[in-house]
Amino acid sequence: MTSPYRETVVSTLPRALTLPPQSPALAPAARRAARRRARRERATAWAFIGPSVVVILGLSVVPVVWSLLLSLRADDLVTPGRWVGLDNYDALVQDPGFRTAVGNTLLYAALYVPLSLVGGLALALALNGRVRFAGLYRTLVFVPFVVSATAQGVLFSFILDPEFGAANALLHHLGVSRQGFLSDPGQALYLLVLISLWSGVGFCVVVYLAALQDVPPELVESARIDGANRVQLLRHVTLPALTPVTVFLLVWQLITALQVFDLIYVTTKGGPLGSTTVVVYFVWQQAFQLFTAGYGAATAYVLAVALFLAGGALHLLRRRGDRTEGVAR
Amino acid sequence: MSGRGALGRHLVLAPLALAFALPLVWLVLSSVMSDTEINRFPPALWPKGVDLGGYRYVLGNAMFPRWFANSLIVASVAVVSNLLLGALGGYAFARMRFAGSRVLLGLMLATMAVPFQLTMIPTFLVMKWFGLIDTLGALIVPSLVTPFAVFLFRQFFLALPREMEEAAWIDGCSRLRVLFSIVLPLARPALATVAVLTFLTTWNDLSWPLIAINHDTRYTLQLGLTTFQGQHHVHWSAVMAGNVITVLPVLVAFLLAQRTFVQSLTSSGLKG
Repeated sequence: MTSPYRETVVSTLPRALTLPPQSPALAPAARRAARRRARRERATAWAFIGPSVVVILGLSVVPVVWSLLLSLRADDLVTPGRWVGLDNYDALVQDPGFRTAVGNTLLYAALYVPLSLVGGLALALALNGRVRFAGLYRTLVFVPFVVSATAQGVLFSFILDPEFGAANALLHHLGVSRQGFLSDPGQALYLLVLISLWSGVGFCVVVYLAALQDVPPELVESARIDGANRVQLLRHVTLPALTPVTVFLLVWQLITALQVFDLIYVTTKGGPLGSTTVVVYFVWQQAFQLFTAGYGAATAYVLAVALFLAGGALHLLRRRGDRTEGVAR
Repeated sequence: MSGRGALGRHLVLAPLALAFALPLVWLVLSSVMSDTEINRFPPALWPKGVDLGGYRYVLGNAMFPRWFANSLIVASVAVVSNLLLGALGGYAFARMRFAGSRVLLGLMLATMAVPFQLTMIPTFLVMKWFGLIDTLGALIVPSLVTPFAVFLFRQFFLALPREMEEAAWIDGCSRLRVLFSIVLPLARPALATVAVLTFLTTWNDLSWPLIAINHDTRYTLQLGLTTFQGQHHVHWSAVMAGNVITVLPVLVAFLLAQRTFVQSLTSSGLKG
């Protein structure tokens, strides 16, 4: 076989294979050969990881630094910008639009995160064990998760359309008056939470279901023999065993919630009356609609730091939780 | 479990599962309704007959098939490239020794924690600098390989036994040959996971195409669908037909490979 790789065969052998006993009495020629092999090995490794390094680091490390510089400038992405120091951050603190966006985002997260976790756990517990049609139920609950936020948004804009939507039709049959739904500033954000729950609970369900398989059956059995009822079993055996998964889901769902954008762009575009303007929507608007990219970058930095702190805090919480759990055992 | 307990469970589970399915059922139903059935109050809740007017309108529209093709191109290139570059990178990190590999791996992992909002403005500027804005290239380049793919392959390769690879080295195979003819055939679960997640995220993405693409001939399906909805506000059957077409590839893939999907999505977070 005339493989182009043939000639490099020996040279790419790992050091440990070609030079088993690293004897000090090795001849200089052999040592040179070994060095050459190591060099070839290094070249091969860099050829393997090179493309990934360029794409991944080039499009993350460079932008992270660039974003920081951008956030210290007044820049519209078109004409040359100028240095403004911390002015963007100063303005941000005083911007009522930003404050509203933060408030909306926190309200959205405060509803979505706990509800998706509790709902996911409840459904997973109900589906766990020998339940008929469990597979079918799980599929139905999980399917919305693979539907894109765009498709969800378009679908629910239609269902919740105040004039022709199915939701108002159902309410009409029940004798309830027409609702504004997504066009009502008092309802829009809550409905967006509901839509997100529709698509997001399934993820929590399957993660919890997978984790429930790992709860040791002996533990459950011995607790039963000790006379624990269902609630006690859940509180003292199942929930503690699920703690790591719960923390993971908490972090995951929190990060997802704080970054919500697509659904809002498709359904309400931040309205009505700014009632659904979330932080990421605010960033997008500043950078790509109002062309105040420096200001948008500053906002993005504030959000990133908040995400980082939230993730870090939860991580610490988990480690402390692990330690106390270890002591209890 | 007692019979009564089981029945109680189903009385709760069945309506809930139906509630989850209902919006998607309504999506399909409304896509085959006529506009007169939809555009009245209260609208019909069940179509009288199957009206394919919406589908005809969407497929006759010059843009929709094009958006579908654009999405397919971007997602396919991303899948193939993530499998290839992810496997190469993951293999180097798992099996090869070179200076700086630990630092590099740590750096790559750290980038997974960087939120998209932070990088989107400069990534736009980088793509503009390369002249890629408003081309499919702007969508393809950032999704060529993700740190997740590299890391997942690395973890999977580390768990494989080394003996076979070592035998192949002694027989005189290169690293590349070993990877392609020995390691990858054993790495089916990792390949499936990366393929599924890459397809799902690139097909479903809206934010980045929204920023990187202006001209409607370069829209992806997701971007096209939102603008289509904005322009055909009262033509709901067509909008829903377009929506069905947007969701269908992912839905079919999911129903065909449900186990892989669920395992990919649960393992992606838990083991990462």
